[in-house]
Amino acid sequence: MTNSIGEIEFTDAILAIGTNTTENHPVIGSSVKRAVRRHGAKLIVIDPRRIGLVDYADIWLRPKPGTNVAVLNGLMNVIIDEGLYAKEYVETRTEGFEAMKEAVAQYTPDHVEGITGIPADDLRTAARIYAEAKSASILYAMGITQHSHGTDNVKSCANLSMLCGNVGIEGGGVNPLRGQNNVQGACDMGALPNVFPAYQQVANDDARAKFEEAWGVSLPAKPGLTIMEIMNAAHDGTLKGLYIMGENPMVSDPDLTHVKASLKNLDILVVQDIFLNETGQLADVVLPSACFAEKDGTFSNTERRVQRIRKAVEAPGEAKADWQIIAELATKLDYSMSYSSAEEIMGEINGVAPSYAGITYERIEEEGLQWPCPSTDHPGTKYLHKDTFSRGLGLFSAIDYRPSDELPDEEYPFILTTGRVLYHFHTATMTRRSEGLNERYPESLAEVNSKDAEKLGIKEGDVITVSSRRGSLQVKASVVDTPPEGTIFMNFHFSEAAVNLLTNPALDPIGKIPEYKVCAVKVEAA
Amino acid sequence: MDQRFSITIDGKEVAASPGQTILEVARENDIYIPTLCHYEGTTNVGACRVCAVEVENARSLVASCCMPVSAGMIITTNSQRVINARKLVVELIWASGDHNCLTCEKNGDCELQDLIYKLGIEKPRFEIDPPGYAIEDTNSMIQRDLNKCILCGRCVRVCNEIQVHEVLDFSMRGSHAKVGPAFDADYIDSACVFCGSCVDACPVGALTFKQARFEGRPWEIEKVRTTCPYCGVGCQMDLNIHEGKVVKVTTDREYGQPNFGSLCSKGRFGMNFIDNPDRLTTPLIRKDGELQEASWDEAYGYIADKFAAIKEKNGADSIAGLSSARVTNEENYLFQKFMRAVIGTNNVDHCARL
Ligand code: FES
Repeated sequence: MTNSIGEIEFTDAILAIGTNTTENHPVIGSSVKRAVRRHGAKLIVIDPRRIGLVDYADIWLRPKPGTNVAVLNGLMNVIIDEGLYAKEYVETRTEGFEAMKEAVAQYTPDHVEGITGIPADDLRTAARIYAEAKSASILYAMGITQHSHGTDNVKSCANLSMLCGNVGIEGGGVNPLRGQNNVQGACDMGALPNVFPAYQQVANDDARAKFEEAWGVSLPAKPGLTIMEIMNAAHDGTLKGLYIMGENPMVSDPDLTHVKASLKNLDILVVQDIFLNETGQLADVVLPSACFAEKDGTFSNTERRVQRIRKAVEAPGEAKADWQIIAELATKLDYSMSYSSAEEIMGEINGVAPSYAGITYERIEEEGLQWPCPSTDHPGTKYLHKDTFSRGLGLFSAIDYRPSDELPDEEYPFILTTGRVLYHFHTATMTRRSEGLNERYPESLAEVNSKDAEKLGIKEGDVITVSSRRGSLQVKASVVDTPPEGTIFMNFHFSEAAVNLLTNPALDPIGKIPEYKVCAVKVEAA
Repeated sequence: MDQRFSITIDGKEVAASPGQTILEVARENDIYIPTLCHYEGTTNVGACRVCAVEVENARSLVASCCMPVSAGMIITTNSQRVINARKLVVELIWASGDHNCLTCEKNGDCELQDLIYKLGIEKPRFEIDPPGYAIEDTNSMIQRDLNKCILCGRCVRVCNEIQVHEVLDFSMRGSHAKVGPAFDADYIDSACVFCGSCVDACPVGALTFKQARFEGRPWEIEKVRTTCPYCGVGCQMDLNIHEGKVVKVTTDREYGQPNFGSLCSKGRFGMNFIDNPDRLTTPLIRKDGELQEASWDEAYGYIADKFAAIKEKNGADSIAGLSSARVTNEENYLFQKFMRAVIGTNNVDHCARL
């Protein structure tokens, strides 16, 4: 997030796009609802599904799945056309405006209605609400990123925010809501193929020299493979060994048939986790780790706040903290790693990651600090790009709408879109073992629009077959009006109805994110 | 601060600002006034009247939680008249419920119990006449015993004003008044999303965490502050530990950012996995097609040999690692350091995109 969670409640307008906030980030969902109910904020919801926030919205735009770029360009078209944009801000703080303006010129409300199905007047109303607010926050989540044009979606959100002078101000910003507790931290710490901690490029000679000195070894300059490329390399046999810590690609990755074949093709698969999950069952070696309640450390939340976790109970049996396991394995491989505590590792991070330099355990004992925090007397950073962007001027991108990779046709006439539900989390290895959550949501349900259900002769609770070009599964139907006609929604929590047997592994060319939000399926009463 | 003025509380002159309530000014100055229905961050409703104080020239006692201060106000919080009024209120509450502290989960952490003790009431002068509701235990998360409910309405306000789930409300009137979901439904049959905030807000034992029932008294429980392991909000929470086990999750609004004491169902009730018997407890190595228990040394040796051999034969880039958005910064840091410095490849990624 460019801005902070605490700002949401007190901003003037909120545009929530591609985020089912009340189910996936319920505590932020409540902030949004308080902003509306208690502080008079305006709320624009853009989502194909009738999500919980719709009940609180001043206006709900319901685009066809996969058409966000057209919607965002349409909003900007109206804002520019009606002269509602922040002219001085655009002039002094940004560049690339003319090219962007040209790109959005064709996205008139009528044209956008043709692509998205959103009534032209609703688009105009929403554009005015967003543009006229003194501060407006854009919230988004996987509904923006999990598309083959996810990067375009993200850039379009940034365009809209800059156009109205909302980047770099209190209550504004472009705010991705991270789905997992420490996605932010995993990225910050360089668990990415192209960067060291704090986003220092592995291909950059100076950065590499710095880490070579810190770690006392020479380091490779060539960026590595992304997760999807890793699976492909395993599949074609060029990758021989894979070490997986705390991930369950056998449920979370797209096209599970391919993933399974890839993992089975390895010479060695090492899986380190708290449970023997679906991926662990394919492993050659399984290492038991301690869970969050059994160790010390830090997580970085979606607003860049680094916060402590503390050991509360003992790990079961011989399970060890992940950091201990890695250090011991490194030592076995003749690279000595000896740390007496997680805090000592943070000390090392302070030295090599400039944005974390001032974040010590002592300072975050009471309240976490938000990076960038370059020194121990720096208070942390509540919102980014104040006065100037990291790159100097904010850059507009000229973006054209591209349809999703796989659209419905005669054989597969429905759109399948996927996501989470309130009571479960990710591949559900944790939540399905919690009694209360299972009382609330015991089995997977596919949401089918009531009109579609009627046509297909499906009733609430019927078992249906959902098939795509990649696979087929059976699941119980929930007949509701949450998804629009022609779209079904499924969650990816239940391995017995593993929706990623169906999803399309088409990737965004830059973000390498699979297109989980749109693929073509057929639905039949089983 | 513009327009600060002074008021007098218990003979002490203190500064106040327009718009503040008597209670707020008293608390700022460490002057004790008991409260039950007052709940920070929600509307002051003046329902319980235990915060009554005397204001000079006012005909009756006033509820300090609702009464705004004005310049020169003279307030007494500890006169006999005030104490008598508080006692009367508390005795009425006591007598109208089944406040059986012997097995109550809140024993030792109950605002009503504390208040009765502080006021030195031996027993109520009225006949104890509880309403006789059945205890609701139709779900495993929240237990509701309306016989202990004092109708302070804190659960209703936290549900509507802070969580904005808009599930709880008052129903019926007078001596039949009740709090709960619409149509007098059980929690499990209602639109409740089980954030558990109502339980945190309940001053007595009417709403308690079912799984923590008989799992440890408040004074036996150790609270360990941590960060929720689910979504990216990073809610601050307390794991409540008794005999080496997490018995419940509570929050503290004093922790501030980012959640100010709010949680969702996953953070609140999603901790049973910790001591689940399926947890992995030893390393496993596949032998004869089966995963079999092994020692750490064997496991490390096996991995080290394989990785070294692959590196030797096919090069470091034929090994890759997937780190995790679930584990700590320190562990992510070490993992990528391991792949880069020990294995010698940049083939490291995680499931951020999924
Ligand atoms: S606290 Fe003031 S009336 Fe209850």
